[in-house]
Amino acid sequence: MSLRPRVIPVLLLQNGGLVKTYKFKQPKYVGDPINAVKIFNEKEVDELLLLDISCSVNQSEPDYNLIHEIVSEAFMPIGYGGGIKTIDQAKRIFDLGIEKIILNTSLQTNPDLVSQISSIYGSSSVVANIDYKKNIFGKHKVFFKSGTIKSEFNPIDWALKLQEAGAGEIILNNIDREGTYRGYDIELLSNLNNKIKVPVVISGGASSLEDFKNAIDAGASGMAAGSMFIYKRPHNAVLINYPSFNEFKNLYS
Amino acid sequence: MVIIIDYNIGNLLSVQNMFKYLGVNSRISNSIEDIRNADKLVLPGVGHFKTGMENLIHSNLLETLSEEVLIKKKPILGICLGMQLMTKHSDEGDCNGLGWLDATTRKFQISDTLKVPHMGWNDVHYKKDSKLTEDFSADPRYYFVHSYHVQCNQEADVLGTTTYGYEFVAAFQHDNIYGVQFHPEKSHKYGMELLRNFNKI
Repeated sequence: MSLRPRVIPVLLLQNGGLVKTYKFKQPKYVGDPINAVKIFNEKEVDELLLLDISCSVNQSEPDYNLIHEIVSEAFMPIGYGGGIKTIDQAKRIFDLGIEKIILNTSLQTNPDLVSQISSIYGSSSVVANIDYKKNIFGKHKVFFKSGTIKSEFNPIDWALKLQEAGAGEIILNNIDREGTYRGYDIELLSNLNNKIKVPVVISGGASSLEDFKNAIDAGASGMAAGSMFIYKRPHNAVLINYPSFNEFKNLYS
Repeated sequence: MVIIIDYNIGNLLSVQNMFKYLGVNSRISNSIEDIRNADKLVLPGVGHFKTGMENLIHSNLLETLSEEVLIKKKPILGICLGMQLMTKHSDEGDCNGLGWLDATTRKFQISDTLKVPHMGWNDVHYKKDSKLTEDFSADPRYYFVHSYHVQCNQEADVLGTTTYGYEFVAAFQHDNIYGVQFHPEKSHKYGMELLRNFNKI
């Protein structure tokens, strides 16, 4: 039997607050991150992703105090990304009780950081996040620094390179779909899944359990979602929510 | 007082966080005196088996630990790598372990269709009664992340199993020695109930 894929709320942090973006833009304050984590904790979520989108843009250090406060309230695995450039910073984060370090912007200039961290903490502790979108010619390109810096990398080649460097997991995050409820980029997911050995988490565009089902069928090991778990539609009122274990269970059978 | 043994390997604070939440007195420590005075011991750990063993040896705690665990029979719970270190030997780094029970640590031998590490939530089927697993409120599921697993040579030591490709030992118990492959500290109420039970042993 294979494992039940994980369903993972994504919390975007910005200057200490919880925000939600649309296609990586228009960050909207949606509340206190500690409070949100407490609710997700009660709902027994499989895993949490914390992404501090202010760090790489402001060139600031991770907010260790905030991470510490969050971890003290959360009894599930947590991945943290944002502003990690060195092995010492990664160590501080791990010491706080975070399971997984998520790397992105620093890899553009220093892809070796993956192997440095994974050789000490094991590859399952190092996750590479890949933000990408289509250019005007319809080609997928990888972006860094919260979507503000475009590169010439193709997301599949980049993912394979980071796997080789020792990343134990890849998050595939489609910028064009983020916050849009348009469903995941299933095409790229299945493309990548045919070529890669490590687990892939898909992110960007989730709106329903059906989207999760489609992602599972395309080989996703995890499905990340932000808006779906933070907002209540149609008016996007803030309402932290997460389906019950039994609702998920039906997806996997 | 539960002492969480600090041998310079990660994942200590999250164990303490859960004890704190449960109102259980615990301390992260590498002091011989603390280990001697403890009511219970926890041996956590993530990472490479060989690194774990080397760190344990360098911690100068081995003699004290053996005395407390094997002679004084103090309850100890190994978590993840901590559980594996209690076995005689691991495939990882071809390295000898503490050998506290008749078991070895093997690499997952599964087909290409399943990914290693075994990472995510899975069920555990408990095979015998134990104080560690009393009065659970729901069918337990726990968070796992590992590429190696324990194989017990004595069937009687197997406390619970999980299936990933095949059935493997997810929890063992031999007298006062307990080990779990999963992370109770990251497994919501399912892990909390287990750690609360451990404190009551």
